[in-house]
Amino acid sequence: MFFQEPTPDTSGYMIAGFAVAFIVMALYVASIYLRRRNLDQDMSMLQELDKPVPPAQTAARQPQKRTPKSGGKKSTKAAARKTRKKY
Amino acid sequence: MQPKPAALKILDLVSLIVLGISTYLALVFAPTELVMGDVQRVFYFHIGTAWTALLGFILAAIFSVVYLIKKDLKWDRLQVAAIEVSLVFFLITIVLGSIWARPAWNTWWTWDPRLTTAAVTELIYVAYFMLRQGIDDPDRRARFGAVYALVGGLSAPITFFAIRLFRTIHPVVIGGTNPEADGGFSMTADMRVAFFFALFAFTIIFIDLFWNRIRLGDLQDRVEQLKLKVSM
Repeated sequence: MFFQEPTPDTSGYMIAGFAVAFIVMALYVASIYLRRRNLDQDMSMLQELDKPVPPAQTAARQPQKRTPKSGGKKSTKAAARKTRKKY
Repeated sequence: MQPKPAALKILDLVSLIVLGISTYLALVFAPTELVMGDVQRVFYFHIGTAWTALLGFILAAIFSVVYLIKKDLKWDRLQVAAIEVSLVFFLITIVLGSIWARPAWNTWWTWDPRLTTAAVTELIYVAYFMLRQGIDDPDRRARFGAVYALVGGLSAPITFFAIRLFRTIHPVVIGGTNPEADGGFSMTADMRVAFFFALFAFTIIFIDLFWNRIRLGDLQDRVEQLKLKVSM
């Protein structure tokens, strides 16, 4: 017992070891979370692009026919009356 | 966005709890080893991560065989998940071993059979991901990956048995003694409790991360398929 060497202080190495273990695990968990979030964003964007276009939007996208500035039956009749008066 | 299954949420929570308990047992409950001092406490995480990593590499080899038989990409996803989680755990094992070696062997690293086989195993699986990155066709990538993981899987038992087959300074703490070893110790009853709990805790954490990684792989594949569909 008199010649037994004292236990060395290696607590610094122990702290370094546990720190490394926790940091590596935390980084891996974070990488899974971030990859998942990015893929979810990609997925929702691709689903938007893949959605079938509703007919109303299709019509809106087609080139529109020219209509008279003041459209409707009334304006047509008024224009005809004017023409009759002239001639 | 697919919601997380309730079982996985519970497993996430259980993993955190068992990690906390294992840390408590390693840092507080287990007695200080007289010759090496506090650094010996990293032993519990060193073995816990090593056990799950080697188990994961062997699981990946089994998934490879199943993929080669069934040609179902589901098995490829399982294989990738097992290897990725194991690679992270094995990195922790190697770094912890190196930190432990500094006060015990007076060196950070030595080209001892156990350390060399461990480093080779880690590099084999780093190369596995590099190989996969280089192949675009999913079926071809899965086939090459399966063959590679199957051959690479041999490195896991070689690493495990290295301290039992070759002359090495790495101690055999469980199931044997090594007269050449330096830094070995015999476990007390409290050390055994911390040790077996660490094995249990890291197995739970491995299963949790493995499941999360499989879900990520599924989502990755669905995004790839949708990208192809949209681009057509």
